[in-house]
Amino acid sequence: MFEALREGLSEEMERDPKVCVIGEDVGDYGGSYKVTKGFSEKFGSWRVLDTPIAENSFTGMAIGSAMTGLRPVVEGMNMGFLLLAYNQIANNCGMLHYTSGGQFTIPIVIRGPGGVGRQLGAEHSQRLESYFQSVPGLQMVACSTPYNAKGLMKAAIRCENPVILYEHVLLYNLKEKIPDEEYVCCLEEAEMVRPGTEITILTYSRMRYHVTQAAKTLVDRGYDPEIIDIRSLKPFDMYTIGESVRKTHRVLIVEECMRTGGIGASLRSAIMESFWDELDGPIGCLSSQDVPTPYSGPLEELTVVQPHQIVTAVENLCGKK
Amino acid sequence: MVLGRSFEDMCAQMYYRGKMFGFVHLYNGQEAVSTGFIKLLKQTDFVTSTYRDHVHALSKGVPARQVMAELFGKSTGCCRGQGGSMHMFSAEHGLLGGFAFIGEGIPVAVGAAFTSKYKREVLKEEGDMPVSIAFFGDGTANNGQFFECLNMAQLWKLPVIFVVENNLWAIGMSHYRSTSDPEIWKKGPAFGMASAHVDGMDVLKVREVAKEAVERARRGDGPTLIECETYRFRGHSLADPDELRAPAEKAHYAARDPIVALKKYLLDNEIATEAELKSIEKKIDEVVEDAVEFADASPLPGRSQLLENVFADPKGFGIGPDGRYRCEDPGFTAGTAQV
Repeated sequence: MFEALREGLSEEMERDPKVCVIGEDVGDYGGSYKVTKGFSEKFGSWRVLDTPIAENSFTGMAIGSAMTGLRPVVEGMNMGFLLLAYNQIANNCGMLHYTSGGQFTIPIVIRGPGGVGRQLGAEHSQRLESYFQSVPGLQMVACSTPYNAKGLMKAAIRCENPVILYEHVLLYNLKEKIPDEEYVCCLEEAEMVRPGTEITILTYSRMRYHVTQAAKTLVDRGYDPEIIDIRSLKPFDMYTIGESVRKTHRVLIVEECMRTGGIGASLRSAIMESFWDELDGPIGCLSSQDVPTPYSGPLEELTVVQPHQIVTAVENLCGKK
Repeated sequence: MVLGRSFEDMCAQMYYRGKMFGFVHLYNGQEAVSTGFIKLLKQTDFVTSTYRDHVHALSKGVPARQVMAELFGKSTGCCRGQGGSMHMFSAEHGLLGGFAFIGEGIPVAVGAAFTSKYKREVLKEEGDMPVSIAFFGDGTANNGQFFECLNMAQLWKLPVIFVVENNLWAIGMSHYRSTSDPEIWKKGPAFGMASAHVDGMDVLKVREVAKEAVERARRGDGPTLIECETYRFRGHSLADPDELRAPAEKAHYAARDPIVALKKYLLDNEIATEAELKSIEKKIDEVVEDAVEFADASPLPGRSQLLENVFADPKGFGIGPDGRYRCEDPGFTAGTAQV
């Protein structure tokens, strides 16, 4: 997947000379996850700017340059580091287009790896989707496959709104054959992973793979789940989700976000509000435990949702077969 | 300077008459800094300011009418009434804000300077390099963003000028109580940056120092940190009772009023006559009166303005249950559609 992200970013940088990358170790080092490998030689050090360790200020700098004509892509070495830039992201990135009465646009992309990895410790295993979702004026997307990673990267760069692109540490080594021809994904659309009739399972990022793994067991046991990767965390694609709910009448949300105030919490209330009459039962929501991610392996496994828990949840919602 | 002073005095009047609300921070006494720097800039140069930004906006060329209408919250304001006193913006005049939080505008100014340098280095654009100036106060000089930006600006030799308007007080916190080394201009050399200290009550001295800094930035020789010793004649904001500042201190600076000083200079050196200065003041009074009339007569924003400008591309509001983008619904901004 990191190659797909690199391809998408490289194509956009070739297409538009105003696109530049700003972040720590993006230039000479090639990026901590190799997304910008080779870019320094290809595009020069002004277009792939290695910054000092000052997230708040260099994100603010990226916002200032976006206001004055450039299209920066800010890389958070780990998404968690962007908590230091929360001031600039919430106050300026999201709000400036509005408080300036529409005079300035901020076509910035903020991206980086987040999520629970392999025993990286609490601070490197954060999920910031829930923290940024309330900020008005931001769009958020989460990529999960090499195909949608490249497509969403390109779409985010071309979008005039500020977009946060969430990548996942454990998905960088995924391999997939993707088209040679140019393509762009839609930022606001969800992706159908497996059509079904019995229950709608909504998920995103790494949990997509836990869900598809659980689906194998479920299909063996006679269930027919419909799996949708919501991709667009803000705004939600209420059409794709709605069509699914109208078909299956049961919903399970599986996410890696924390339980409290997470994406699942927002999605649950959005679905209840719009599709109450279509539901045959309460909306299930499986999220990570509200704990700082422990270092120890077995404990870390217990904090995120595992496939067997998804199977149990579906059996509870649909009835045992 | 006179326009700034008259405008701010009118703001106070309008505030107490209930025409504007919220936090209003007036610039009385500091006019020499704004005029001294901004009058050297071109329209293509950039300025970022703080919440004390009315006069920076006026100096940069934003019409008084638009600023006053913005303060009244009218839709003809420079930000359509959506920004208010602390968020003045003007794309046409290169005013990048107007920020409420301390230190927020400094990285934005550095970003604008980065764009200038990028356009020169990467896009090979020719002509004068646009310069950015970040205005901020003594309180901000203790904030992390200040130091982080000094480092980055000097590292990449960006065409930005950091102007500290040291008026000795951050609301009720005296500069000397909050700062281990109160001489702010000495912090520049720690980053290898050219720095200067100037009497911020004397517009001609400010202008001289500013000229050198602007020329340095335009040449591509990098940033400058300038500390201006100045004073605000009013409280921090119109809600501030201003009880902590000693009367002796206030009197000392009132005697150094930049407008009175410049007037004396012009008359003593026979550059202008009393009559000419009086006619300028009269003209400015008319401009300010006209601004108030315009703002009074302007309409308040309608309901449909609430959802406009949240996103540059309104597709960001997403796809609704009917399969269409919500913004495509004609009732969307009028509030008759489901959000």
